[in-house]
Amino acid sequence: MQGPLRFRQIELPPAAEALRAELRRFLADERQAGHFTPDFEGWGGFSPEFSRAIGARGWIGMTWPKEYGGGGRSPLERYVLTEEMLAAGAPTRAHWVADRQSGPTILRFGTEQQKRTYLPAIARGECYFCIGMSEPDSGSDLASIRTRATKVAGGWEIEGTKIWTSNAHRCHMMILLARTSPRGEDRHAGMTQFLIELATPGIAVRPIYNLANEHDFNEVAFDRAFVPDDRVIGETGNGWNQVTSELAFERSGPERWLSTYGLLRELVDAVGPEPGAKEAEAIGRLIAQLVTLRSMSISVAGMLAEGETPNVEAAVVKDLGTNFEQEIPAVARRLIPHAARAPDFAHALDHAILWAPAFTIRGGTREVLRGIIARALGLR
Amino acid sequence: MSEMRSLLADAAARAMSGAGEAFSPALWRALEDAGLAAAWLAEDKGGAGADLGDTMAILRVAGRHALAAPLAETLLAAWLLSESRLAIPAGPLSIAPVERGALPTLARAGKGWRLSGEARHVPWARDAKALAVLATHDGRIHVARVAVDKSALTHGENLAGEPRDAVRFGDVVLAADAVAPAGVDFDALWRRGALCRAATMAGALDEVLDLTVRYCGERVQFGRPIGKFQAIQQQVAELAAMVAASGVAADAASAAAERGNATFAIAAAKARIGEAAGPAAAIAHQVHGAMGFAREHRLNLYTRRLWSWREEFGDESYWWGWLGRAAARVGGDALWPFLTGPRDEAKP
Repeated sequence: MQGPLRFRQIELPPAAEALRAELRRFLADERQAGHFTPDFEGWGGFSPEFSRAIGARGWIGMTWPKEYGGGGRSPLERYVLTEEMLAAGAPTRAHWVADRQSGPTILRFGTEQQKRTYLPAIARGECYFCIGMSEPDSGSDLASIRTRATKVAGGWEIEGTKIWTSNAHRCHMMILLARTSPRGEDRHAGMTQFLIELATPGIAVRPIYNLANEHDFNEVAFDRAFVPDDRVIGETGNGWNQVTSELAFERSGPERWLSTYGLLRELVDAVGPEPGAKEAEAIGRLIAQLVTLRSMSISVAGMLAEGETPNVEAAVVKDLGTNFEQEIPAVARRLIPHAARAPDFAHALDHAILWAPAFTIRGGTREVLRGIIARALGLR
Repeated sequence: MSEMRSLLADAAARAMSGAGEAFSPALWRALEDAGLAAAWLAEDKGGAGADLGDTMAILRVAGRHALAAPLAETLLAAWLLSESRLAIPAGPLSIAPVERGALPTLARAGKGWRLSGEARHVPWARDAKALAVLATHDGRIHVARVAVDKSALTHGENLAGEPRDAVRFGDVVLAADAVAPAGVDFDALWRRGALCRAATMAGALDEVLDLTVRYCGERVQFGRPIGKFQAIQQQVAELAAMVAASGVAADAASAAAERGNATFAIAAAKARIGEAAGPAAAIAHQVHGAMGFAREHRLNLYTRRLWSWREEFGDESYWWGWLGRAAARVGGDALWPFLTGPRDEAKP
């Protein structure tokens, strides 16, 4: 009814709210037991122990079919899981990409053998993935990648370099996008996705320290690394379509508007129970934005649950959501002067300021997202 | 959307499309004939038996058509009167006061009442047959049904040229059956007014986006439609995102109001949409260039309304303050459960 952007009002079903209660009990217990301390970045720390613990509860791959170790539950339940984990600052980083992106790609395009090999291990919280898309000369213009897979006996030989690869140094697997035929007239043709074991000879992982001086990024160099034939995902040459079909999953989730929630929580405590007008209004503005983003994010989860592919709506959520994530530190620093900052608040603020530039770059830059929206409106 | 809601929205679009830019009795008859003017009332009382959500869908359509009639005000007045078990007169109605401050006062006058005081910026007062007025008597809030005395009005308009008149109640004498203890208080009227404005603003924003996208395709400069320029595309995408957020916020408030606990959702919606109104209008005008600055183009029907409505029934500062104080009261640890609900709240 409202043009090309369709956000329907969705109510979370009772099963999702029941799961929420269960999650809150679990997270409170884990915190109490000292298994984690809330992290100030919404995506949380890297903890194989925590990943295995929630895998054991069926909370990884929870929307996948049970025969592959999944939970057979709805995307709306997964939505609740995600927002509760992020709001609690739980250490979800190890299994995050595998759960959100790699698993669904394997499920949708992989062979039966690939599904049986990888999905149960991911769901147990034991097998972690990273994303091999960006290259030194290919960021937003992903179709310009040059990493090449050449056909050899029994498989493929990979040559090239991937960059900005989060967690490559502590993951087991990568889903790699590489050229399998030279770039022709259709620049989106001739790319293929591969399942890569990072321990393969010929693969070198080098750290790249980020603004926060953390080792998250890596450069991953492939020097004639061999990949067997049975690691091709989907059809050879169909990589572009496969990559773009998962964008709605990557762009609409709570991780696109909760990355600095930990700082908002600290800010509310820092202003105290009876804030002045300036403080109350500044916080209220953030809250009005947050709950609206949450409604939009739930709406996209609802569309995914119906089997739709709301890529444009997801781009809207990510554009607005990541601006919001950047707005929280901008507001927080003006409300609480430098000299008045308690240690926890200062830590959360510093962390948010140093990470903020990444929010509107990772997973699709602001400019790319707005280009997608403009195309849907018929402008391009 | 339910079938009932779709039918009402379609009926609203039919009754409102092609209407003039000024209020007219003919337009009001069209709204009445379509069952919209008394939508909240039960069918046996001449209404459409619409629920709150249905009504918000109608007001969204009204926003899209820049409706020049006191539809929201009539619905609000009918609600105030019916909650207080007072008879509802026919014709367009309005409510007073619509701003925070001292309420008018009621005093006993024989078997009837005497109403004193004043109210500013009363929407559409000059076109209304009667006003539903919240007033105090002995420290209790009452509702008074007051026929509009044209001589007691001082005309004023908002930025969109909609009537916002000052009304003086100079010891108006009212019959006994024109006054009753109020079923709701001023906060409730303010909340429901904010909900109505949120829905109407969301509709106006929908139309602002459509007008802007259309203009991008029609206007040719440097040999191509201006929508082909990235600088324009980026701005229009930003506009589309703000409009989408506004629509979602209005829908969420409407759904919450149907469930009964809605202050929080209404506060968030009015604040979020009010915040979007300025930058959304700015982008639309920037893209429309000089053409949008001319009164003959339709864009100003919407942007001037948005600039006006964001001030009414609580501007952003008001609702941000409400939300911020609510958040501060619950504190950081309880903030997330508070945001995700359920919350204990007053009915809208």
